[in-house]
Amino acid sequence: MASIELRDVRKSFGSVEVIKGIDLTVEHGEFCVFVGPSGCGKSTLLRMISGLEQITAGDVVIEGEVVNRIPAADRGLAMVFQSYALYPHMTVRQNLSFGLENARVARADIRQKTEEVAKMLQIDPLLDRRPKDLSGGQRQRVAIGRAVVREPKVFLFDEPLSNLDAELRVGMRNEIAGLHRRLGNTMIYVTHDQVEAMTMADKIAVLRAGRLEQFGRPLDLFNRPENLFVAGFIGSPRMNFLAGRIDDGAFLLEKGERIALPGHGFTHQPGQSVTLGIRPTALQPAQDGPLTIEVTSVEQLGTESYIYGTTTDDTRLTVHEPGQTRVAFGERIALSLDTEEVHLFDTDSGHTLRA
Amino acid sequence: MASLWSMLTATRGRNGRLHWTDWASYAYLTFGILLMFGPVVWLVVSSFKTPNELDRFPPRFLPYVQETVEVEGFSDPLQVYTVTEGDLAGEHVAQTRRAGTRAEVVRPDAPDDRIRLRTDQLQAVERVGFTTSNYTELFERFTFFRYLFNSTFITVMATLIMLLVNSMAAFALSKYEFRGRTPVLLLIIATLMIPQTVVLVPLYLLVTQMGLYNSLWGVIIPGAATPTGVFLLRQYMVTIPDEILDAARMDKASEWKIFWRIILPLSAPAIAVLAILAIMWRWNDFLWPLIVLSENEKFTLQIALFSFQGEFQTNWPNLLAMTVLTLLPIACVFMFLQKYIATGIASTGGK
Repeated sequence: MASIELRDVRKSFGSVEVIKGIDLTVEHGEFCVFVGPSGCGKSTLLRMISGLEQITAGDVVIEGEVVNRIPAADRGLAMVFQSYALYPHMTVRQNLSFGLENARVARADIRQKTEEVAKMLQIDPLLDRRPKDLSGGQRQRVAIGRAVVREPKVFLFDEPLSNLDAELRVGMRNEIAGLHRRLGNTMIYVTHDQVEAMTMADKIAVLRAGRLEQFGRPLDLFNRPENLFVAGFIGSPRMNFLAGRIDDGAFLLEKGERIALPGHGFTHQPGQSVTLGIRPTALQPAQDGPLTIEVTSVEQLGTESYIYGTTTDDTRLTVHEPGQTRVAFGERIALSLDTEEVHLFDTDSGHTLRA
Repeated sequence: MASLWSMLTATRGRNGRLHWTDWASYAYLTFGILLMFGPVVWLVVSSFKTPNELDRFPPRFLPYVQETVEVEGFSDPLQVYTVTEGDLAGEHVAQTRRAGTRAEVVRPDAPDDRIRLRTDQLQAVERVGFTTSNYTELFERFTFFRYLFNSTFITVMATLIMLLVNSMAAFALSKYEFRGRTPVLLLIIATLMIPQTVVLVPLYLLVTQMGLYNSLWGVIIPGAATPTGVFLLRQYMVTIPDEILDAARMDKASEWKIFWRIILPLSAPAIAVLAILAIMWRWNDFLWPLIVLSENEKFTLQIALFSFQGEFQTNWPNLLAMTVLTLLPIACVFMFLQKYIATGIASTGGK
């Protein structure tokens, strides 16, 4: 069972602590995505799991065994790097077989395995080429092949798609997901792109500034974000936030607009500053809506439309409307909210007020 | 070939007319060629000249040898002259003896008829000819191959050891984080500022203490680590992405294997450049071998060349011939490795 457990893992570079105590468990066979803005420490965390980076404190546990002192090569992991890191002076075949040679696998087995993997990833016609003669997508496949051929317990991906163009990225995303279904290995995947995280992951770990903000299934993160950061990070276009306070079963905006929240079930202190979060899909233009915005721009995509505007207290809002909208630039429109989809957060701590 | 020709004959002027910049650039280039190749060509041509021809003033470019003729009654071939004045004007004669300004000559068809003439009446009959004895003597009278072996052995061993030591040092200094890395690097670079002459005496004492005096290893080992080499290779290795090394570590490669299988092949252009430099340094090295090597048997080509120059006279013909032979290997190295010099410069300049 190739499960991975992190117990209060920390990392400091000099006096700067970049990973500030992370606990999480990736179960066997799970596809786990570490997501967060750049500089949040997600790549460092991955390198700490791989053994390429020493950990300052805490334990990394793979299959129930603490591996803090075990070098990268002996942890039974394989990694795909952002820059692919193919060996430029070796052919594709040599790139694939280098790891097996080091593991002293018999020559005939090496040949058979590399060819199998090459066929699976459709790079078998390229076996005798060098990396510089390959396209970005092909290099990516070779990099993945190099990881697959060693039959590791766990795959680690460090932003593998960020160097590809948008179209190729969607294709490779499906392939990696397909690879996971086929091989069934535990995989940890680092990305800054929340769309990648949402589409591929069994579990997502949202990181910010060296801390784990939330860890859970993609839709749980989407539907029940635990704090403002996760709410804003997951979902595209991002969630709208309105500042105000709760009074008598209703949300009061700073400029005095009142949004009734019947039976909302959030706990709050009287007079507490509260941020209301609402996704663009949960807002609709309505004659008698409690919110008014001035439309600053409209995007018509044919099957759906986005309306951008500012409220009376100068907060920017995005509204998603299915189909084609008749709203035009410069209009003032009223909006109604789907109260079922309202999220409330404590403005100061950022935590959800959900019980 | 066609492109080479069109490059060589490129002009700024159109329709066969030369712009003034063409004149200037061709004049400059011609001057450059003369400056660079002139001495070498002069050396090669002179190495085929006889001692007399070398002493001649004013010097002539091509090597000339005097015509000789076999005359009955004389065991050695005799030198042929043309008589410039007197009864025999215009005739070819062979000189049998010469004393001061007087010469005794015979006509080749009448060997018994000795004629006395003044030397200023005689003009040597010459033709362009290459004297190869300068070269053959090297092998007959001097142990040229011994010197060649010594030089080659020193060059090859010193270059190999130097490449190994320098590349390992460069690997450590470029790819490992350790305390004192920068000071070590600075220390190595700082030694560039110390001229060899300053350390000559202590180095000599050290080599003598280690029993390496008058041994080829005494020449090889002190030059094994050069700051230039370490710095050159380090600068190149820094540009190899760390991710490739990480990938190799994930591929279960030991650090030793990473060095041999990843770092060395990827640094090949820089190593080739350093190899060329090392070969030239070692091959042309003079001062240090002169100090360490004392026996004729251990001499390198450069010291052997030096030994042709005596206090009172210099054996120019053999000296020139040996200089040509000494230059040849370096020229060959350059011809075969110049491709790497170009790629080395190109790959360090940017992708």
